[in-house]
Amino acid sequence: MEKLMKDKKAIFLFAFPTFLLFTVIVVLPIFFSLYYSTLQWDGFSKAISVGFSNYVNLFVNNTDGFSQSVINSLILALISVCIQLPISLLLAIILSRGIKKERFFRTVYFIPVIISTVVIGQLWMKIYNEDYGILNTVLRSLGLGSLANSWLANPSTALGSVFVAMLWQYVGYHMLLMYASAKSISPDIYEAARIDGASEAKMAFRITIPLMKPILSVCVVFAVTGSFKAFDLIYVMTGGGPMHSTDVPTTLMYTTIFSRYQYGYGSAMAIFIIIECLVCTVIIQKLFSKNADY
Amino acid sequence: MKNNNASVIQKDRSRKIRFPSLLLYLFLGIYAIIQVYPLIWLFLFSFKNNNEIFGGNAMGIPQVWRISNYLTVLTSGNVAVYLMNSVIVTAVTILISTILITTSAYSIVRLHWKMSKVFLTYILLGLMVPIHATLLPLFIILRNLNLLNSYLSLILPYVVFALPMGVFIMVGFLKSIPKELEESACLDGCGIYKTFYYIVVPLLKPAIATVAIFTFLSSWNELMFANTFINSERLKTLTVGIMSLSGQQGTQWGSIGAGLVIATVPTLLIYFLLSDQLQKSMIAGAVKG
Repeated sequence: MEKLMKDKKAIFLFAFPTFLLFTVIVVLPIFFSLYYSTLQWDGFSKAISVGFSNYVNLFVNNTDGFSQSVINSLILALISVCIQLPISLLLAIILSRGIKKERFFRTVYFIPVIISTVVIGQLWMKIYNEDYGILNTVLRSLGLGSLANSWLANPSTALGSVFVAMLWQYVGYHMLLMYASAKSISPDIYEAARIDGASEAKMAFRITIPLMKPILSVCVVFAVTGSFKAFDLIYVMTGGGPMHSTDVPTTLMYTTIFSRYQYGYGSAMAIFIIIECLVCTVIIQKLFSKNADY
Repeated sequence: MKNNNASVIQKDRSRKIRFPSLLLYLFLGIYAIIQVYPLIWLFLFSFKNNNEIFGGNAMGIPQVWRISNYLTVLTSGNVAVYLMNSVIVTAVTILISTILITTSAYSIVRLHWKMSKVFLTYILLGLMVPIHATLLPLFIILRNLNLLNSYLSLILPYVVFALPMGVFIMVGFLKSIPKELEESACLDGCGIYKTFYYIVVPLLKPAIATVAIFTFLSSWNELMFANTFINSERLKTLTVGIMSLSGQQGTQWGSIGAGLVIATVPTLLIYFLLSDQLQKSMIAGAVKG
């Protein structure tokens, strides 16, 4: 057995293809991106090395709205932590406390998560349609016709409208993760609390939520990094417009590279996104581990 | 643990919940409507024509169920082609990634070599990499290899981005199954490859299902690579094809709706058939510590 498990040829055959593909398709491109980010290059003519000036251009005397796109993604991160996660948490706690039709509700809430973002995006574009969308139809029938709006074409409402669709899609995902964690809490604890006369609300705040800390930290990390990486839904619904009002770093990176052919500058954005995600992940995990003394 | 949970559910049900349950169900019910109503609305308008939608019946049941909308997108549009492409790309991706994930996870957990731990860490680093950061370099690599506009240009990245999560899940699972079966197979004279194929792979089935579902969802729904690496009409996958549908079908809401429904049905079917298994996959993918 020992000898068999040390078979060099088998080890090579089993591990090397994965190693090779992973290196070529994930690891090397990161280094390429780092390198490209120091160039001024349109992808065809000769590249000029410009050092860190692409990174400087992201924030100093910026003209393409990159700072605004970062602010947009920060707003998205903030509302997904402050609005989306509490909704998910509430649903998860209610479902995990043993309620009729538990499985039915869980299954229904999760449906939007598995549907393609393109479908979700197209669907919400119809919902927001100025003339025949559900939203305006409902507003008009309630006598609130003055509030009807071309939601996605109006720069002041576009960002909010896109965010609503994004929050809507992923509530079920966080709900499921939290539900699984809440479900694994030992029932004896609740039994003891109930004997001591604790109410359901008190139990939720004093027992369930503190014990869910590890998964809550995962959810916050996902919500924040997910907001920084958000691309599909915004790309489908507005493409970053109107007038950059819904741009986030990923959509701006995409247009910078593939519409304006600024390969170097776009790569600097890509590297910025990686660093932003890493830094936030570390900070959030630090914050959660600091007060994890329950 | 599982039995424990199940018994709790029973107990809770018999005990009746203390807080005002009517209100609670009202809240859950309203939220359920918020989550599915847009999809029901999509289903309904996919059977209508513009006259009906614009003539005041934007939200109700269709007066006539126009199946012709579906026939139109399937025949005149390219939706059938897109569907075919998505099926091919996703199926090949699942097949290749499953092979790579099981073999490399096996080499990490069971085979004896010095670098196995380092190798695992290396692959798991991939969980931290946003795919956007690889987009441009991959585009250039594929362009130089003349692979743009081919199934391979999508299958390669989909397979590789499925590896870190898959290896993570598979390694965890492999560690939990005892070695004895493999040892006895070995004593009976089975070689390493036979042991792997006839003994280990069947034991791994649950984990393979988890990984395959995960890979299915991510590659079936992927947009950015598909939108960048493919521009030939014949090779577009559903996600990209559906995006251009609004262009092709003008403002025919019914046909666009039908296209969206066609793109959604396979995922929903899989979801309703395997919903528990699928939810488990999503949880397994998140709890990586």
